[in-house]
Amino acid sequence: MPKIVEIATVIDNIRITDDVKKLVLSSPKIATQARPGQFIHLKIGGSYDPLLRRPLSIAEANSDKGTLGIYYRVVGRGTELMAQLKSGDMVDNVGPLGQGFDLNCKRPLLIGGGMGIAPLVFLTQELCPRPIEVVLAGRTNQEMFWQDCFARSCQDVHITTDDGSLGFKGNALAVLPNLLDKKFDMIYVCGPKPMMSGVAKLASRAGIPCQVSLEEHMACGIGACLSCTCAAGDGTRKKICTDGPVFWAEEVVW
Amino acid sequence: MVNTAVDIAGIRMKNPVMTASGTFGSGLEFSDFLDLGQLGAIVVKGMTLEPCSGNKGRRMAETAAGMLNCIGLENPGADEFINKTLPKLAEFDTPVIVNIAGKTIEEYGELAGRLNVAGVAGLEVNISCPNVKQGGIVFGTDPACAASVISEVKKASKLPVIAKLSPNVTNIVEMAQAVEAVGADAVSLINTLLGMAIDIKTCKPVLGNIVGGLSGPAVKPVALRMVWQVASAVKVPVIGMGGIMCADDAIEFLLAGASAVAVGTANFVNPRATIQIAQGIEEYLSERGLTDVKQLVGMVNN
Repeated sequence: MPKIVEIATVIDNIRITDDVKKLVLSSPKIATQARPGQFIHLKIGGSYDPLLRRPLSIAEANSDKGTLGIYYRVVGRGTELMAQLKSGDMVDNVGPLGQGFDLNCKRPLLIGGGMGIAPLVFLTQELCPRPIEVVLAGRTNQEMFWQDCFARSCQDVHITTDDGSLGFKGNALAVLPNLLDKKFDMIYVCGPKPMMSGVAKLASRAGIPCQVSLEEHMACGIGACLSCTCAAGDGTRKKICTDGPVFWAEEVVW
Repeated sequence: MVNTAVDIAGIRMKNPVMTASGTFGSGLEFSDFLDLGQLGAIVVKGMTLEPCSGNKGRRMAETAAGMLNCIGLENPGADEFINKTLPKLAEFDTPVIVNIAGKTIEEYGELAGRLNVAGVAGLEVNISCPNVKQGGIVFGTDPACAASVISEVKKASKLPVIAKLSPNVTNIVEMAQAVEAVGADAVSLINTLLGMAIDIKTCKPVLGNIVGGLSGPAVKPVALRMVWQVASAVKVPVIGMGGIMCADDAIEFLLAGASAVAVGTANFVNPRATIQIAQGIEEYLSERGLTDVKQLVGMVNN
């Protein structure tokens, strides 16, 4: 699938919580080609500062409307600029980038932590109407704005918060052993690395194939700069931007 | 008609816009975005004799109008490049220049010898990588060392040899003259400027390697000054680079005395930057009624 440069138009930039927003872009060429797990690389503003594009995972892609939905947390100057985007603004968009999830399964379990939940929204859309269970993990109930994204298309939504303000008190790993008694044939996980490596271990022990979505600082997003490479289990080096971001858990050296 | 073709040490290019090593992969990574056949030359990612996995930890940090990197010359090694990548690049009518790096002077020679193969138009000798402890910058900051490396590569290679100079020196003219004296066919400059960033929340360096090379628009004035100094002091062609983001930047380097330019960090921001810069140079020439890009070279009015 060729990578595309497209000038996208901001449709909406919605406040979700104090520090999370959802950007909706009209980006028809990329929206029609995007697969769950892929990302876009956005250049916000024409200035040299900040200089680089920002990699953002695709949470929604509507090929009929030609729109993309991106959830982002405002953490630095790039996302602060993003937060100021208004309907009608233009942004330079490159995508769809990277290898997405393998959807070949009948009974999937999805596990997301923090902003790592974003690509699972798109994944859920595509896996539907298969019976999906999802574990959403966050620090507090403030971060649990995702429920509506999953409620309709998932059979079961399990919530964990570190502080116990919503759902199970603890992290995703704590609820997993009980869930794995069920007959899942695929696990998808995206979130903090310790969570993903923990899930990978439990999945391997349970004999369930597991796909993980990795994250790393990157400059180009297209396999040229080698900022984001990692060691793979087979002794080779993998580029998170083009060989990933989605990998089979056993490919990754945790 | 405007003539944009240039000849750099016997390497014929359609236009003076090259890619800067390390910012353009093997070139093939960009084939969705542009026709590689329209580039002046492709300078591929720095290569070592054996595969190299590069540095551990975080390798890239954005800074004001620039970025730091400490990739550490990750590459699949010469054999993989010659057998797998080079045949694919041969499909394009664009000279391929291989950037080479070694741990010892002998290794530079051996690698240069290995690259005497069809499809390689020239070598760019990386005597200036700031991110590897042995080699790289050690050779690039001492004129006698730099000369020994270039001399060894010249002995082993049948190809035009370009010495890539480090800006992390007090006197870059002395470096350029040292490599010219032992037969370098051209010089390219600048490599990245050694820099650093610290995370004040953790009080730790941002980069895994602690220090890294600064590139991007932030370094352009330094690069331009060095290109101008070197171009006035050597007879061999100068390839100018450092923070070129657009045609106007590239034209500045040509005016300062560069016979060709290389586009680096801009490729990360705009994957079509090289082609747009080549077009922009042509438009500038037309607008001024100039017929040949060579008419710009060194034409800064001091």
